[in-house]
Amino acid sequence: MTLGLSTFRLNFMFWTALKRIIKAGFISFWRNGSVSLSAVFVMIVALFMIASTLLITAFLGIALKDLQDKIDINIYVDTKATEIEILGLKEQIETLPEVKNVTYISREDALVAFHTRHENDHRIIQALDEIGDNPLPAALTVKASTPSQYQGIANFLSNKSELSADSNLSIVSKVNYNDNKVAIERLSRIITGVKKLGSIITIVMIAISILITFNTIRLAIFIARDEIGVMRLVGGSNEYVRGPFVVEGILYGLVAAFLTLILFYPVTYWLKSTTQVFYGGVDLLHYFVTNFVQIFLIIIFSGIVLGAVSSYLAVRKYLR
Amino acid sequence: MIYFGNVSKYYPDGTKALDGVTLSISDGEFVSIVGHSGAGKTTLVKLLLGEDHPTEGSVSFDSVNLAKIKAKDIPSHRRRIGVIFQDFRLLPNKTAYENVAFAMEVAGKSDEEISSDVPHVLELVGLTKKIWNFPRQLSGGELQRVAIARAIVNHPALIIADEPTGNLDPINTYEIVQILKKINDMGTTVVLTTHNKGVVEALGKRVITMDHGRVTRDDSTGKYAL
Repeated sequence: MTLGLSTFRLNFMFWTALKRIIKAGFISFWRNGSVSLSAVFVMIVALFMIASTLLITAFLGIALKDLQDKIDINIYVDTKATEIEILGLKEQIETLPEVKNVTYISREDALVAFHTRHENDHRIIQALDEIGDNPLPAALTVKASTPSQYQGIANFLSNKSELSADSNLSIVSKVNYNDNKVAIERLSRIITGVKKLGSIITIVMIAISILITFNTIRLAIFIARDEIGVMRLVGGSNEYVRGPFVVEGILYGLVAAFLTLILFYPVTYWLKSTTQVFYGGVDLLHYFVTNFVQIFLIIIFSGIVLGAVSSYLAVRKYLR
Repeated sequence: MIYFGNVSKYYPDGTKALDGVTLSISDGEFVSIVGHSGAGKTTLVKLLLGEDHPTEGSVSFDSVNLAKIKAKDIPSHRRRIGVIFQDFRLLPNKTAYENVAFAMEVAGKSDEEISSDVPHVLELVGLTKKIWNFPRQLSGGELQRVAIARAIVNHPALIIADEPTGNLDPINTYEIVQILKKINDMGTTVVLTTHNKGVVEALGKRVITMDHGRVTRDDSTGKYAL
């Protein structure tokens, strides 16, 4: 009976204390308006850095993937070759494990593509018309799973002489890999380099944002150090004194996170029009909108953790 | 109730704040401690609150040995003592009501007790109109009333008043001392440190005189001999 009563009392005290701590945190956030405002502004900067790093990493990822998709090997086929022979060759190349896919572009398709590409250049179109016949060869476009595998595929294709005479490779007139080789290799290096740099930048940005948030909250609590002393003199336990400051830190984080997310919409909208001039493939606004839930959770979570941990550590100094 | 047994306190810079102090204070007493600045009055208060530990000797409050008190037991020890300071030490972002309520909150009192006791105590110290004002909107005398209300709201066994009238004009000084006297009449032990000769002589209670960390006089009825 007494045990039940005392656990009830403990339970009651825990919830009452929690309620009071949360309420005190909210009141303090509101009454220390100017301090709260500056802490929130600094946290917006910090969270903005984290969110930008996320978006830039995503941007690089999408841009690199698009670039990778643009790498291919074109195999130009002898104009005399029949469509059956070409499709046979296509199947043969597709059996290679490194090959992701092979696209067949017929002579007619090539002509149509040529016309569209040069539709504003009347002289070229005129010259083409004067030839009368379709001068363009059929081609197979080969894509590898990763850029480093193009060398192997190109080697296979250039070894046609070693293959038996009935192989379909005999109809290949030109493989353009060697023309693209330097560009492809350089791109592969850039891709790995940028990925490495991206993760370093992410770590540095996150470290900087943690530091500035921590310092700001430390200053905010330095201002309140006398209050901490008074609370302890009156008999407040460490948890009870610290609680409202942690709640306040969480509030800084939450408010800053919401403002950051609101700010991000116009920023990505603006970036959309700017980046599309340089690079048509990536739409940051679209990325932001489609991954909103994920970004929302990361930013809110970062804000809460940054605020709570910074406050906890900053108050600890005055509780010794 | 309170016992100092041959207590000395040296600070790391070599200052001797207390030098072999022995004194005891019984339940229900009203004791004034007088002395020049640096005589050791504030150090005595700090030892009683567990803010500092003696270098030598023992300090006890009821059955608690304050020389060896653990950090985690200090909050509950402080809830048994009401403290009043010269500089009031109120929470600047809480109203008069909230400052008093805070002391009850940390003691784990229920919301019902708080809402019935706080206005009552503020009325007792003579503050009825400005209970929703912030400290910056109150005068020195009003601030000290709030501080007293906060000190007594949990019915402590001991009230420590460290120079409570140091920042007050004579009229407020007189009123604050009357309130302390009233608290003592209701059975609470009061320890008052002061410079104010008038206060000590008007009280006519026990006076302990300190000089250079030593107790130089201990008179059972108020004499200010400095």
